[in-house]
Amino acid sequence: MSLDINTKKLTKNAYRVTKNRNYTALRVRVPGGAINAEMLSIVSEIAEKFGDGSVHITTRQGFQINMIPLDKVDEVNKYAKKLIIGLEINAVHPENGYPAAGTRNVSGCVGNRECPIAQFNTTDVVKRIEKIIFPNDFHFKIAVTGCPNDCIKAHSQDFGIIGQADVEYEYSRCIGCNACSKRCKKVSTEALTPKNGKIIRDSRRCIGCGECVLACPTSAWTRNPNKKYKLVIMGRTGKINPRVAMPFIEWTTEKIITKIILKTYEFVDKYIDRTLPKEHIGYIVDRVGFKEFKNFILEGIEMNDGAKISESINFGGYFNDKDRIFKTY
Amino acid sequence: MGFKLSNIEFNDIIKELSKNHKVYAPKRVESRGRFSDTDLILYKEIEAVEEIVYDKKSTYSPKEIITPITQTMFYFNEDGYKEANIDDKKIVIFIRPCDINALRRLDTIFLKNGDTEDYYYKRLREKVTIIMIECKESFENCFCVSMKSNKTEKYDLAVRISDEGVLCTSNTKEFTELLSKYKEVDFKPKFVKKNINVVNVPNITDINKEIFNHEMWDEFNARCIACGRCTTTCSTCTCFNTTDLHYDDNPNSGERRRTWASCHIDGFTTMAGGHNFRKDNASRMRFKAMHKIYDYQKRFGENMCVGCSRCDDICPQYIKFSSTINKISNVLKEGGKDGK
Ligand code: SF4
Ligand code: SF4
Ligand code: SF4
Ligand code: SF4
Ligand code: SF4
Repeated sequence: MSLDINTKKLTKNAYRVTKNRNYTALRVRVPGGAINAEMLSIVSEIAEKFGDGSVHITTRQGFQINMIPLDKVDEVNKYAKKLIIGLEINAVHPENGYPAAGTRNVSGCVGNRECPIAQFNTTDVVKRIEKIIFPNDFHFKIAVTGCPNDCIKAHSQDFGIIGQADVEYEYSRCIGCNACSKRCKKVSTEALTPKNGKIIRDSRRCIGCGECVLACPTSAWTRNPNKKYKLVIMGRTGKINPRVAMPFIEWTTEKIITKIILKTYEFVDKYIDRTLPKEHIGYIVDRVGFKEFKNFILEGIEMNDGAKISESINFGGYFNDKDRIFKTY
Repeated sequence: MGFKLSNIEFNDIIKELSKNHKVYAPKRVESRGRFSDTDLILYKEIEAVEEIVYDKKSTYSPKEIITPITQTMFYFNEDGYKEANIDDKKIVIFIRPCDINALRRLDTIFLKNGDTEDYYYKRLREKVTIIMIECKESFENCFCVSMKSNKTEKYDLAVRISDEGVLCTSNTKEFTELLSKYKEVDFKPKFVKKNINVVNVPNITDINKEIFNHEMWDEFNARCIACGRCTTTCSTCTCFNTTDLHYDDNPNSGERRRTWASCHIDGFTTMAGGHNFRKDNASRMRFKAMHKIYDYQKRFGENMCVGCSRCDDICPQYIKFSSTINKISNVLKEGGKDGK
């Protein structure tokens, strides 16, 4: 018997309309990809009980539980409740499943829970951001990465948050071994130059990767405990104009970045083209212009000392449709 | 005989000492560790007993107090030179038994090695008053017992620090006087009797030429990355470079300074004392190991290494110096020949 389903409601509830008629797939958000064995077993239980036992691990660090019969959605939501509570997802009525799907799972690299290079606990930051922005129907992609290696590919997100080590040098502890300058040259930006048995740092070149701290045998280099981040914006994949996210602010704080993201929701609310089924934030910024975007979202935000903001951004990327660039006269 | 003081009372002692001493102890510096959100524990000036980290080993040894990482010796210009001043204050160091024993090695190297005493070492060393931090239990990796440096009587005051206060006993009139108004109790510091890490130190008479050329060293070419951490944290490594710094704006004036150096780091192929190294990391490792447990002993009658195991704690490549010593012993047992 044919089903009568409101697909808008279904997708908002984090289920997909799949190619398999009468079957759906549940998308489980796992902020920062941090999940424990208990939650994993619930994913597996849903897959076994309702699906065909198969799970797809998504690029956003969620799970897509496949081949769930559409008429089982209400039942599945009872199970999803455990995941929503266990993974601390905001939901008004957890028993009804996920409250929204537009704003995507905030993803994160493993960060300093395990990674020696990371500048901070990415999972904690992810969870704080997720708590503040979710649920929301606007299509936002955010990723948080521990250092400029960007293992989570924050550069392909609307907002990529990258940890920066605000490194500090203790002159008298330096033995002039040049381990830091060699390392910085080899793996980073050659911001360090040896001079008279000591080291000079060019702060304009330094990207805060923290490699000098890792290399220094005497702890002459250490990190200022006040965390700093770089925010890259409006990266995307997609059919029209794939491009990497570009630096917007460097050496800023989590608090300011959070404010900027929230302001961007207001920006989208004001400028989104509601005649379209959906419009991604990056295309709205393209349409409205970077200047207007920047003015709008920075209004009323007091920047921290030392923060650096892009004057303009050349987003680049490439266009698949040449007619967008070359017009015939 | 000993005394029991509350932390508040002991802090009065520290305050009293601070009038004419710089008081150093292992201290936690938050979030300044090698990895983000980890702490660094190293020797710093303190004002209160609560600042002393007594339940963890410091990453760096106290040697940096009397052999500063960078030490200006004198300033010079066309007309002559002027000795660099040091602080008028004397020095108090809260220090563990192995590190007190390491201090004797430093004394030997700087004061009894050759005809002249090292003036710049001596003027700091003479200022030092030693407060021994009791080590009740061995930390991970420590092998002080194997190196016979778990015990010492060379302290002015010995303390057992806990959350409930400080037990102490003094070896000097000054401290006994200072403490006389506090509660007397029975206290004698205990020393670690056993480490989990037991190391067989070879008898120096068993050391033969073959061991220097043995293939056991080869693996370090691939394993050691010559990062230098094992030597900068070591309580008995003492090599330094002496350099003249000519000031940019007036090259005729400048300063002579010395800075730590390390046989394990690239670029420091010629050490103070003129040892020359081949560049490969296996040779460096062999040099260090044989120096720590053989050459030094041949000259001065005790091993250089005190088994503080800071080198084992810090090596990013998990190279365990203590097992290297064991390997040497095993090779010697087998006759020192290549196992080919
Ligand atoms: S991005 Fe940096 S911090 Fe994150 S996992 Fe990769 S190397 Fe580690
Ligand atoms: S933080 Fe990275 S870029 Fe900056 S000086 Fe250190 S190694 Fe170089
Ligand atoms: S690694 Fe550390 S000790 Fe070596 S040159 Fe750099 S700052 Fe100085
Ligand atoms: S060689 Fe290692 S164990 Fe021995 S004194 Fe040095 S740091 Fe301590
Ligand atoms: S700490 Fe380990 S890797 Fe680094 S120089 Fe010493 S032995 Fe080699």
